[in-house]
Amino acid sequence: MAGFLQQVINGLSLGSIYALIALGYTMVYGIIQLINFAHGDILMVGAYIGFFAVVYLKLNIWWAFIIAMAGASLLGVIIERVAYKPLRNAPRLAALITAIGMSLLLENGGLMILGTDIRSYPVGTITNKQLPLSFLGIQLTATTLQLLILAVTVVMMIILQYIVHYTWTGKAMRAVSYDRDAARLMGINVDETISVTFALGSAFAAVAGILLGLYYNTIQPLMGIMPGLKAFVAAVIGGIGLIPGAMLGGFALGVFETMVSGYWSSKMRDPIVFILLILILLLKPAGLLGRNNTEKV
Amino acid sequence: MTKVQFSRKNFFALAGALLVYFIIASLLSTGMISKFQEINLMMLGINIILAVSLNLIVGFTGQLALGHAGFMAVGAYVAAVLTLKLHQPFLLAIIAGAVAAAIAGLIIGLPTLRLKGDYLAIATLGFGEIIKGLANNINYIGGAAGMIGIPRLTNWTWVYLMMVVTIIVTVNFINSTHGRACIAIRENEIAAETMGINTTYYKVLAFAMGAFFAGIAGALYAHYFYLIQPTTFTFFRSFDILVMVVFGGLGSITGSIIAAAGITITNAALQDLAVLRMVIYALLLIVIMVFRPQGLMGTGEFTLDRWMPKRGEAGGSAGN
Repeated sequence: MAGFLQQVINGLSLGSIYALIALGYTMVYGIIQLINFAHGDILMVGAYIGFFAVVYLKLNIWWAFIIAMAGASLLGVIIERVAYKPLRNAPRLAALITAIGMSLLLENGGLMILGTDIRSYPVGTITNKQLPLSFLGIQLTATTLQLLILAVTVVMMIILQYIVHYTWTGKAMRAVSYDRDAARLMGINVDETISVTFALGSAFAAVAGILLGLYYNTIQPLMGIMPGLKAFVAAVIGGIGLIPGAMLGGFALGVFETMVSGYWSSKMRDPIVFILLILILLLKPAGLLGRNNTEKV
Repeated sequence: MTKVQFSRKNFFALAGALLVYFIIASLLSTGMISKFQEINLMMLGINIILAVSLNLIVGFTGQLALGHAGFMAVGAYVAAVLTLKLHQPFLLAIIAGAVAAAIAGLIIGLPTLRLKGDYLAIATLGFGEIIKGLANNINYIGGAAGMIGIPRLTNWTWVYLMMVVTIIVTVNFINSTHGRACIAIRENEIAAETMGINTTYYKVLAFAMGAFFAGIAGALYAHYFYLIQPTTFTFFRSFDILVMVVFGGLGSITGSIIAAAGITITNAALQDLAVLRMVIYALLLIVIMVFRPQGLMGTGEFTLDRWMPKRGEAGGSAGN
């Protein structure tokens, strides 16, 4: 039992990173129905900005978060303006291939500029201690890093909920995702709203990137690929386009993955995640929280 | 009406194909082609098979599939098991690899092709990862170390034969009722369905066919390079093939052939600049999509009709 609960703790901290990434995917998908393949690579850029802020600018981790969020937001907005906006009315296939191209560009651009070296945040970036926890009399441990990841995620989610539900920008985002043309007729600046969505999603990715870099203690130019794909799986599990779905899916996937590597084999972890994706698509394509919509012509 | 005619055009196409084969075969046998060039020649043929088969799925049927390397892996592993472990003839191994890949295509296609394009993209991408993960975990086929010492049975004759077969079958498929149905799905799925086309059936059919040829390519690959590993078939390889299809034109067989050949040769020439090359491809991919979403050649084809005087009937495009 203690082992199981320990896996849950580990899974929740990994899952909260997935949830942060999945939020970006799901917001962008909700608003322009595009899988932003480059999202995982924006995460990587965010992790590097944070790294350089800590190592070269000697800033503490909180400033690194803020600078990385700003940098990634800018990148996200530029990507949207340059690559996706011209294709907004083009066939879906063209936009998807462009997103793949953008992803390849960031990965290989990263490899070209940063090299294949694996870097890691300097020791002492955060104080990482083992904390004993007691739950119903069962002794468990969590690291301060795990608690930090969980806390940061929860705070980010509260901020997001506030923005989406209690601000004009959030209202505009919901309106554009509901019906872009009607939103435009109501005087909403659709382009600006889409940019804001990309900025928000990318900022979340940057936070996830730094957390991921701390969690695995490595950053490298291809680090965003796998977490990006898995976060997309998480978004699909929860119901793509739905913000609570991305949160639920992220946590669920993190726990599931930790269980697979804990109780079965860590080599089976990645294939099982994708088998899960295909099962979900087969059984409940709209996701756990999604409703099946009949297609209108 | 249905009289099968071996027209002048077919004759010239056949003669041209044989001519190219014999020229390169004689260059190979006289040693005019270096070892390095030979490797690239084989890759060129294999890449053409991959690009043409992916074009059938992405270009003609309009379904974005990102798991082509996975199908290639299935073909490569199954064929390698047959020759290396079970000592079966090469032809049987190629066919078995292709059939296994087609079955894999059916298994992945049936559930996911009912869904819209984006889901398909991610599901096929996941499929590629599943195949890689399974190959990593099955000790019979070498696990992470892969299979080593596969007999080198692939030669120019096999590659060329399989390439020509792939092109002929694909071109004829596209010009058939089934192919037209696929194109109708690409143009407008809802309209196609309204016209009575069983969209799921044709999508799965195109998918299985594409997988079949990718399986052939995988079998050829495995028997040329001695060694296959799970990491040989990452989604970067799927992207490579997609780049060829997009450059050549979504829906142009000759475009795919030209792009596959061009990119293989460029890759060989710029071998030392691997990363820069990928950056350039990625940029080109974006630029082409933004300014010319149908790809360089669009759906246009180079046909022999252009150079031949028309006599009576104007036949369909002959592809190569």
